[in-house]
Amino acid sequence: MSQTISLKLRVWRQNGPDDAGRFENFDLADVPTDLSFLEMLDMLNEQILQAGGDPIVFDHDCREGICGSCGFMIDGQAHGPERGTTVCQLHMRHYQNGDTVVLEPWRATAFPIFKDLMVDRSAFDAIQQAGGYISVNCGNAPDANSVPVGKEEASDAFESAVCVGCGACVASCKNASASLFTGAKINHLANLPQGRPEAARRAIRMVETMEDRGFGACSNTLECEAACPKEISIKVIQKMNREYLFAKLTHPTD
Amino acid sequence: MIRDLDGKCPSGALADRWAKYKAEAKLVGPINRRKYEVIIVGTGLAGSSAASTLAEQGYKVKAFCFHGSARRAHSIAAQGGINAAKNYQNDNASIFRLYYDTIKGGDFRSRESNTYRLAEVSANIIDQAVAQGVPFAREYGGTLANRTFGGVLVSRTFYAAGQTGQQLLLGAYSGLMRQVDCGQVEMHTMRDMLDVIVVDGKARGIVTRNLVTGELETHLADAVLLCTGGYSNVYFLSTNAMKSNVTATWRAARRGAYFSNPCYTQIHPTCIPAHGDHQSKLTLMSESLRNSGRVWVPAAPGDTRAPSQIPESERDYYLERKYPTFGNMVPRDVASRNAKYACDEGKSVVPGQRAVYLDFKDAIARDGRDSVEERYGNLFHMYQKITGQNPYERPMQIYPAPHYTMGGLWVDYNLMSNIPGLFVLGEANFSDHGANRLGASALMQGLADGYFVIPYTLAGYLAGEQFEPVSPSDHAVTGTLEETRERIDGLVTCGGSRSADSFHRDLGLKMLDEVGMSRTKAGLEGTVEHIRNLRAEFKENLNVPGSADGLNPELEKALRVADFLEFAEVMTLDALTREESCGGHFREEYQTDGGEAKRDDENFTHVAAWEYRGESEAPIRHQEQLEFTEVMPSQRSYK
Ligand SMILES: Cc1cc2nc3c(=O)[nH]c(=O)nc-3n(C[C@H](O)[C@H](O)[C@H](O)COP(=O)(O)OP(=O)(O)OC[C@H]3O[C@@H](n4cnc5c(N)ncnc54)[C@H](O)[C@@H]3O)c2cc1C
Ligand code: FES
Repeated sequence: MSQTISLKLRVWRQNGPDDAGRFENFDLADVPTDLSFLEMLDMLNEQILQAGGDPIVFDHDCREGICGSCGFMIDGQAHGPERGTTVCQLHMRHYQNGDTVVLEPWRATAFPIFKDLMVDRSAFDAIQQAGGYISVNCGNAPDANSVPVGKEEASDAFESAVCVGCGACVASCKNASASLFTGAKINHLANLPQGRPEAARRAIRMVETMEDRGFGACSNTLECEAACPKEISIKVIQKMNREYLFAKLTHPTD
Repeated sequence: MIRDLDGKCPSGALADRWAKYKAEAKLVGPINRRKYEVIIVGTGLAGSSAASTLAEQGYKVKAFCFHGSARRAHSIAAQGGINAAKNYQNDNASIFRLYYDTIKGGDFRSRESNTYRLAEVSANIIDQAVAQGVPFAREYGGTLANRTFGGVLVSRTFYAAGQTGQQLLLGAYSGLMRQVDCGQVEMHTMRDMLDVIVVDGKARGIVTRNLVTGELETHLADAVLLCTGGYSNVYFLSTNAMKSNVTATWRAARRGAYFSNPCYTQIHPTCIPAHGDHQSKLTLMSESLRNSGRVWVPAAPGDTRAPSQIPESERDYYLERKYPTFGNMVPRDVASRNAKYACDEGKSVVPGQRAVYLDFKDAIARDGRDSVEERYGNLFHMYQKITGQNPYERPMQIYPAPHYTMGGLWVDYNLMSNIPGLFVLGEANFSDHGANRLGASALMQGLADGYFVIPYTLAGYLAGEQFEPVSPSDHAVTGTLEETRERIDGLVTCGGSRSADSFHRDLGLKMLDEVGMSRTKAGLEGTVEHIRNLRAEFKENLNVPGSADGLNPELEKALRVADFLEFAEVMTLDALTREESCGGHFREEYQTDGGEAKRDDENFTHVAAWEYRGESEAPIRHQEQLEFTEVMPSQRSYK
């Protein structure tokens, strides 16, 4: 049967991008340890609402670790202490009675704050729009088995394609770089034969859009890999750099 | 009852109908397409595929979703796979078989022309997805891998580990982003569609709320496509994403679109059981797990021994026992009902709760742990995270949960509702699955609608109509906007003490008990009363903090719950009026001796379509008669 614990929460409150923001403290009692972290926040919000306050805004939807909506810093770690876990999949059994827990939004110039713990990640869509696709119109496709793809290339593509676009990589990087995200997208398509014809152009445009959107440069501190809830390997950044350099050499005008 | 609805299906042999339709369809020429604007609400599989395909063809598309990115639509969460009529495994898969399985699985309550067309275009979906770079599972030789799903005897399901939905959606989303890049799609994220604008009887626009600024906007076009998903969250706890809701389709219903078969809901057999009062959602464990897992309970009620302490001879593998041909792979409605029966008999494997075992011990012994991990690793991982138990060592505890809704807005063969210009795609329409959907068929249907059906049927509509420009100051536009504003003001100024969630939870519990896996006349009648009382209290006692002028998730929830509270009544009425059992709609009064659903074909071989008549008037139940030419309705048997 589930136990209950009491927590102290220190939560970042900020009313839009122009507000200075501040921490607010809350006490929450009787939290069953089989709740998820977001269910604990639901409980807190119900308490705030009953007391006539303004509930804490955080993004979420699937609560299954796949839509990539949720995400904020818990005690300085993106998505909290559990490796390979989005905050919606983090459970309160990892906390002790009396713990103080500090919640802050992703902080990055490219991710302006909507409110409290919710940020605007549309810069990721902009990167995807800059060639993060294969140009194939519907109706044009040959039979799916006409181009065999080796199991290993397919798995390599898949391991990059698992990215949920949550932004933890950016939030955990001291330069707020989006290299893990962009690298994963580039590597997913570059590994497949269908993705090769546009690979050079794609690498150039996506990397340059990432820079234009205000994400910083990668300085190899590996924080992103540790924070990624899908455990995407830093290798995708090396591969992205290779694709980009090769593309620059072979397509200097793009 | 009015038997008046015509599905506008082509005549002739079933297998030739879609070809015949296409041969006769009107076209819009490539140069003229740019003159037409199309609004698409929703960017799940149905919406993204429709938006990218129509944009590729040259239409001007405006797409909307309430998420921060189109990629976050609920379709992303689909786990197990997508069906297609491809006979890659040489095990006799075919278009006919997929059609047959779908019609039978749906308990002979779907429209055969649509179902056949779905099977027909399904193979192209896999081709399209692979061309886009969707990394499906493959064999060592480089060809695509397949698995099997419930209710069928062939392997024709394609998958990408346990995240087929995310990979398919990323494919469709990348196509959509490409069209944004090309300037063909105007993408509006963080928008809640709150009403449909109907001008001179045609759908010509929508009202949206910008969720960041709170601003109300109107958008106009020549046609509106709703791709807004299903309404399982009427039960509060379901496997759907938290924000999935009925608002778009219900608001369209209030503007005159008929709502079909709202009582057809699917309770999925394998989910992590509910616990406690603070739970916010239920987590699905993909049906694909039944490929390898065996469902069982202790043979004797009240047996509380650990699973490893219960010898084989004292276990009841009830699905294998009752349905030797299909075993653990019976369709969902059958598997769910039997889990309920086992728990009703006191054989739940968790004292004080309801759960049965899904056991992988034999699969691990037979295929090895690595092989099981390769196929289901992420699902096992998720199970362990949520429950704190290791499914490699101890059987999973599972129980049915609301998952999918076969009901939706009524559409004809063109996917158009009875409001001209209002099209409905994906889970939002009542569509092709009858009274029970087979696993791996929702992804297929969403993408079939978006990639391969709407491009043909929309052109037919646009080419056949004259469109006068609609002025933003037209009273239909301003009036709809004003009504939306009043609705929002009413919620924000209510000044009561209960949160939207608390009403939603209350509604959901009642719906699950009385309009869930099994239903009775008395229970349904009581539920109508309960819903009315709750709705009255909602009007008086709702607490929405803050204002409507900015980001306010409590207001978003309140708008959705208000619509669920209205919709739930029609759903209950539909269940009450359908005096038979079929698929997921199980009325206890109508069952065979063996406890299976007993249809009444003489009186109920039809689609019910509810016409909204205002808050104080009873809705009208229209009917579309269902015809069967290839497969005649029979008692479903999975024994
Ligand atoms: C956990 C889970 C697993 C599943 N696994 C499978 C599987 O393996 N195989 C299978 O075939 N099916 C599966 N399904 C079912 C399948 O995923 C869905 O039926 C399908 O994805 C629905 O797609 P859709 O495009 O119709 O709608 P959705 O993906 O639900 O998209 C709805 C869209 O509409 C938007 N929207 C809704 N209302 C509004 C509004 N008022 N204003 C603005 N935007 C709005 C949303 O933002 C979203 O973009 C699964 C379902 C669940 C819950
Ligand atoms: S809510 Fe979807 S990943 Fe957490």
